[in-house]
Amino acid sequence: MQPFRGGGGARHNARAMAQQAIELILLRQWASYLTIPVMLVDREGVLLFYNEAAEKVLGQRFEDVDDLRAESLAELFQLRHEDGRRLTPEEHPLGVALHERRPSHLRMRLRALDGSWRLIESTAMPVEAQGTRHLGAFAMFWEVPGP
Amino acid sequence: MRVTLWGTRGSIPSAGPETVRYGGNTACVEVRAGDGSLLVLDAGSGIRRLGTALAGQGRRIDLLLSHLHMDHVQGLGFFAPFFERGAEVHLWGPSSTDQRMRERLSRYLSPPLFPVRIRDLPCALSIHGLTEEPFDLGPFRVTAGLICHPGGTLGYRIEEGGRVLAYLPDHEPALGVKAFPGEPEWTSGYDLARGADVLIHDAQYTDAEYPEHEGWGHSATSHTLAMASLCGVGRLVTFHHDPSHGDDALDAMHAEACGAELPFTVVPGCEGLSFDV
Repeated sequence: MQPFRGGGGARHNARAMAQQAIELILLRQWASYLTIPVMLVDREGVLLFYNEAAEKVLGQRFEDVDDLRAESLAELFQLRHEDGRRLTPEEHPLGVALHERRPSHLRMRLRALDGSWRLIESTAMPVEAQGTRHLGAFAMFWEVPGP
Repeated sequence: MRVTLWGTRGSIPSAGPETVRYGGNTACVEVRAGDGSLLVLDAGSGIRRLGTALAGQGRRIDLLLSHLHMDHVQGLGFFAPFFERGAEVHLWGPSSTDQRMRERLSRYLSPPLFPVRIRDLPCALSIHGLTEEPFDLGPFRVTAGLICHPGGTLGYRIEEGGRVLAYLPDHEPALGVKAFPGEPEWTSGYDLARGADVLIHDAQYTDAEYPEHEGWGHSATSHTLAMASLCGVGRLVTFHHDPSHGDDALDAMHAEACGAELPFTVVPGCEGLSFDV
């Protein structure tokens, strides 16, 4: 299994000196305390953060990830509907929240980076801030216990 | 820029024999450009004496509010230029999604809390909600940015004549950060304070007091020092002193802050202090 990488470390290099919006900073800090898996992307869909609980489901530490876009999630994790049909990038909740700027929820299957298949439920919300600023989206997801 | 501190206390005015050196008035800072243009930062109780000093000057006044907590607006009703016919005052502050600045301020500046309504003030008053886009006020370039403090709070970066003043009077950048300071990208207020010649920053609590006040929106001394260090500022002015801290306690906090070797100067924010940026 390949580690998930994309931009050769550009996430850290390009942004090292620019501060994120306070709403994203607080979301990230809040998520870092939760035991519910949380993933946060910016308005361009670039992965900003996922927490330790998400690391367990996704099978890779966040610190080991370079650039990743929301559009790549469906392919990377081989996202599928519960009945096995492939999920397009436009169908998964984070993509809907990001591009349609509305909440979205779905039960789906993913192949974690450790190779195991997981059934999860995911709820995603757009991050809408004062001044009609669309800052990105975040998804909370959890593994559905098997039968 | 010439900066004068008219009020450096946090939370509530705290006049008394134990606060005569650091002062008891709440947040108010005067900023003068080389050509005499004036910015006023916040309208705590310190603005009353500033207003008296400004009376009759006839110059446009731009008053920038960081937020609308009482210790930052309670002096508005006692600001002499508000009551001068012909005075031009522009009031700037954080926008809200559901109420205009005027409506929010009217909650205080109207009966029964205050006898005079905003609409009855004789000065030429304009009220503006701010976005995070930089804008120019005379010779000043002003950048406002939302920072970590309850209730929608702005910090300011003010540039004039190649010098930079950063004003983050109520700020808890360490909230929820497991090892502060972290990366600049994930530090509240970093863009505002980065490389500032002078940073005026919240220093309300001792490190021992902070755990009981986590989430209240203010900083411990070590957080303030770490913030200044991360941002690479030239001078740090401590601000928003806790009302329970008398002069001796603040002296002790300052001495402790200066005990370590720091890449910047620490200046205790005393009411009446005036300095060039």
